[in-house]
Amino acid sequence: MHQVIDMGVNLLHANQHQANHNQADFDQAGVICFNLMSSPGAGKTALLEATLGSLVQSHRVAIIEGDMTTQLDAERLRKHGIPVIGINTGRACHLDARMVQGGIRQLEQEVAPLTEFDLLLVENVGNLVCPAEFAVGEHAKIALLSVTEGEDKPLKYPLMFQEADCLVITKVDLLPYLQFDQDKLTDNVRQMNPNAPIFWVSAQTGVGLSEWVAWIQDQIASGSWVKPADNSVEMATSV
Amino acid sequence: MHEVDMTKALMITLEDWWRSQPGSPVISKVHLQVGEFTCVEPLSLEFAFTAQSQGTFLQGAQLVIESVPFVAHCLRCQQDYRPQIGEQYACPICRDPLTEIVSGRELRIQSLECEDPCIK
Repeated sequence: MHQVIDMGVNLLHANQHQANHNQADFDQAGVICFNLMSSPGAGKTALLEATLGSLVQSHRVAIIEGDMTTQLDAERLRKHGIPVIGINTGRACHLDARMVQGGIRQLEQEVAPLTEFDLLLVENVGNLVCPAEFAVGEHAKIALLSVTEGEDKPLKYPLMFQEADCLVITKVDLLPYLQFDQDKLTDNVRQMNPNAPIFWVSAQTGVGLSEWVAWIQDQIASGSWVKPADNSVEMATSV
Repeated sequence: MHEVDMTKALMITLEDWWRSQPGSPVISKVHLQVGEFTCVEPLSLEFAFTAQSQGTFLQGAQLVIESVPFVAHCLRCQQDYRPQIGEQYACPICRDPLTEIVSGRELRIQSLECEDPCIK
């Protein structure tokens, strides 16, 4: 007997379901979770290193560090004296919600319950494509773009920049050596994301870091980051 | 080749459904809608699906992909437009930013075609 069954379910339903679970765990524990995404080498780890110095004075921070094969980035961050759970994704070019759930479980077993933290930073695998589609339960998606990548990247990888709740432009100390049009970059981003804050920073010189850190502290303090879960199980009709 | 991971996600979602069904139905076709404003390339997805479904409950199933155009709605002009991926996302008439996506973000399992294993 031949049967046609209507499904009407998102391809990523299983991932979104787990992401909603993760977010519920964060909300219950009072932890805010950021998902940091960029191309490889844009400076996610360097930005975290430069950010942690001032953040750990006032807040309890933990990091889930996604990397395809090594623990190198995790080791760099551990030097700052905060718990870092390293996840090797193996073949996968992004973290998914189930991997992050494993990271949360490991954090709770080896370090402390989630309630002991204010902020969980998830450093995704370097990739401008996939991570944008796989929610992990984050309250905000932070996209990084280094100035050496060029101002056209938001046009080429629109999903990442359209989904971002905050954009950090890194390595701005290199601007004098590059033909990088800052206004053009802003225009390109604003075509698809009119509202996300844009921070111009250098982890090397410290330029712009205080504004970025202040934004994080505002997010933690305001508590307005508690978004309704499950806003993208079905296709998003507005952004 | 992130379609490998997309296929994995698709198979996990389908397996959840399949396990909830009595009598292990044989899935012959999986109808998908894939929007143009996603990170999925339909041809690569078909290729990955054929390879990854071997030896699983989806063995022999065919993926049928309907591509959905990327359409946005400009609130200021009160009309729909087609953003040009890689070039132009704002409204071509008034340059208002992309804010309302009408279609193109679909990654949707629309329907399945099944054969009853007992009568096969």
